[in-house]
Amino acid sequence: MMATIKQTINSLFLREFVSAFFLTMRYFFTAKPTINYPFEKGPLSPRFRGEHALRRYPNGQERCIACKLCEAICPAQAITIEAGPRRNDGTRRTTRYDIDMTKCIYCGFCQEACPVEAIVEGPNFEYATETREELFYDKDKLLENGDKWEQQLAKNIELDAPYR
Amino acid sequence: MPKLTIDGKEIEVADGLTILQACEQADVEIPRFCYHERLSIAGNCRMCLVEMERAPKPVASCAMPAGEGMVIKTNTPLVKKAREGVMEFMLINHPLDCPICDQGGECDLQDQSMAYGLDGTRYTEPKRAMAEQNFGPLIKTEMTRCISCTRCVRFTTEVAGVHELGQTGRGEDAEIVTYIGAVVSNEMSGNIIDLCPVGALTSRPYEFNARPWELRKTETIDVMDAVGSNIRVDVRGREVMRVLPINNDDVNEEWISDKTRFIWDGLKNRRLDTPYVRDSRGLLIAASWSDAFEAIAKQVKKSDAKKMAGLVGDLNGAEEIFAFKTLLNGLGVDNIDCRQDGSNIRPEWAGRAGYTFNSSINGIEDADALLIIGSNPRLEATVLNSRIVKAIKHNEMPVGLVGEAVDLAYEYQHIGNGAESLNELLKGKHSFAKILKSAKKPMIIVGQGAFIGDDAKAIFETIATLATKIGAIKKSWNGLNFLQTGASRVAALDLGCVPKDKKSNKSTILAKSKAGKLDLLFLLAADEMKLCDLDNSFVVYIGTHGDVGANSADVILPSAAYTEKYATYVNLEGRAQLGQKATFPPGDAKEDWAIFRALSAHLGAPLPFDSLEELRTLMYKTVPTLANIGGLDAADMGAFASLKVSGEISSTPLLSTITDYYHSNPIARASAIMDDCKAAKAAAIAEATGTNG
Repeated sequence: MMATIKQTINSLFLREFVSAFFLTMRYFFTAKPTINYPFEKGPLSPRFRGEHALRRYPNGQERCIACKLCEAICPAQAITIEAGPRRNDGTRRTTRYDIDMTKCIYCGFCQEACPVEAIVEGPNFEYATETREELFYDKDKLLENGDKWEQQLAKNIELDAPYR
Repeated sequence: MPKLTIDGKEIEVADGLTILQACEQADVEIPRFCYHERLSIAGNCRMCLVEMERAPKPVASCAMPAGEGMVIKTNTPLVKKAREGVMEFMLINHPLDCPICDQGGECDLQDQSMAYGLDGTRYTEPKRAMAEQNFGPLIKTEMTRCISCTRCVRFTTEVAGVHELGQTGRGEDAEIVTYIGAVVSNEMSGNIIDLCPVGALTSRPYEFNARPWELRKTETIDVMDAVGSNIRVDVRGREVMRVLPINNDDVNEEWISDKTRFIWDGLKNRRLDTPYVRDSRGLLIAASWSDAFEAIAKQVKKSDAKKMAGLVGDLNGAEEIFAFKTLLNGLGVDNIDCRQDGSNIRPEWAGRAGYTFNSSINGIEDADALLIIGSNPRLEATVLNSRIVKAIKHNEMPVGLVGEAVDLAYEYQHIGNGAESLNELLKGKHSFAKILKSAKKPMIIVGQGAFIGDDAKAIFETIATLATKIGAIKKSWNGLNFLQTGASRVAALDLGCVPKDKKSNKSTILAKSKAGKLDLLFLLAADEMKLCDLDNSFVVYIGTHGDVGANSADVILPSAAYTEKYATYVNLEGRAQLGQKATFPPGDAKEDWAIFRALSAHLGAPLPFDSLEELRTLMYKTVPTLANIGGLDAADMGAFASLKVSGEISSTPLLSTITDYYHSNPIARASAIMDDCKAAKAAAIAEATGTNG
């Protein structure tokens, strides 16, 4: 009996409608969490693991020494390295450094393993491609990434250094 | 038999063992750098310190003999502290360049510092740095990494038997250097790469090529000489990256020659990867297998069996020799020769004992006098020569040599150049005859160089008579040894690959071929000849490399090299060993026995086996000794006693059959590393003799 009366009153006075209206209004006036991507971007942690890059020393020398630890640690076996003595000075260098970005699971083990901070996962996540082949990165592409993102990469490493 | 207690466990060990060896027997691991089972004890790394009761300080277990009633502790805080201290000292001057060091991943120092070292360093001063040394084309040095264990020095003097390396200076100035004016050019130098516990000595050809964890390891048998060294072939993908020795106390201990170790680049160069048929213009044109077989079948039809011949090369396994011989015998051909070194030795002279190393390689260490005839064991069987060095070091064995006077890495009495000096020994005229006569276990090593001439039989009989006379052939001791140089030779002789006609040999076959008297010549990877020898007959070459044989062949059938097939190799002792497949043959190349099976089907008389197992069963029936894998059947020496000298011996000097050590087979000739070795050796000789201008 009571339940029938309660339901009748609720429906007569459009109670649900009104509460929904106030809910809408409340969200209408609160600050918006969405951003206007791609013109606006959210904050990224210095530890963010995005697109890979091979870094250089400030004098332009490539850091990678072909120790192959990243290749060994990679759980997805996405990295392929071939090494040999560099022709002009005989130092240990990669002759080939490939990352298959379609295999990569972005675990960050490669940058953990790297003794010279050469391979890093940078802040870039916007590298979608039209074809699959474009995601097979070679050494040139990775070094180019490194040159492009060096400032940001160096800053991130510096910020994260106290916690390592 | 001292009894001692190690970590509370009582153990009785043999006399003369050190504490470290006793610990090994008690399954207690002792870290070490300078100690090595096959080298003398140096005791200079101090890593093997253990605590001994009633001793005032820790003792170096590698240098302390085990004594009755000793109480050894290896797991006490004192030992832990001692090890950490030694490791810390070791790392003071050792650079932290593991990521760029080729030893990384297989480094004793790396492993032991993980297991026994501290996790940090207290050392902030600058580290020592040393200049690099020139150790030749094979060994790359990084002397900053050296921890002065002196294993390399001890190896070159004790095992290789040459004085090339030494240590100078004390403390921080201690340095491993070559003798002034000397270079590391002995034929076993590669072993110091394995011995070096750190990355101070690494392989130059393998420099930065691969990491140990990337490699797939296959244990197989080497074919560069007839010793049959046990090797491990490391492969990445389909590519052979390096060759390492594995331990076999009966054969190669744990050494291999440089040729065995660094041959691998020859496996990649100049390979035959598809069949070829020579067309009407005289050009070799790539063909399909069936076209190549068709071309052979056509020629076989035209040819007379008496005008066909076969030569067996040095690098083949027993299986393919068996298939080859069965195929050719089926065609009615009995002119098959395996004696590619030009030797005239025949298996029927004295049975298997007449061409194998009867005392076994281990037997060298028991011998107390040695006579070498027509051989240069240093080049013909490098690892075997190091056994002779060992025997000389341990029992002061006197050595005599009949043949060309060469540098054998030990001193010997030169008896004469030609075989006629054997008569002097036989008559007891020479002073060395007395030494042989008085020896309890005299040994004779006869190289194939003794049997090159027409007087081979007479020389063989003279040697047999001499051996009987000096007591080299007794019930308890078989001291008459024949040294073969080709890895396939003993198997081929076992299988009877010698021409039926006793006058026929490699040179007569080639002479016939040159004169155009042969219709068809089959070469099973046989390349030890001149190009012009093959011009005037139809030549079918089955092999791996574009060498002499393939150059003048009319049909080329590409086959698998020793790392690419399952095969049985019989070493110079007559010991059958199984080779395993480490990688695949390139392109269209096939395993040899399969080629012969397919060819036989094209010729209309299929061979009676369809698989390697069936082939082996059949082969074991023909030659039962081949089934004894890894074992050694003592050959019957009875035939020697009845031999009488039946001819005259000429005075031609006996020369070794190996003239060009670094280029002695088609794989070696395709290897750039072997070229470098040859050049380095020539330069070293020029430097030593002052003929470099």
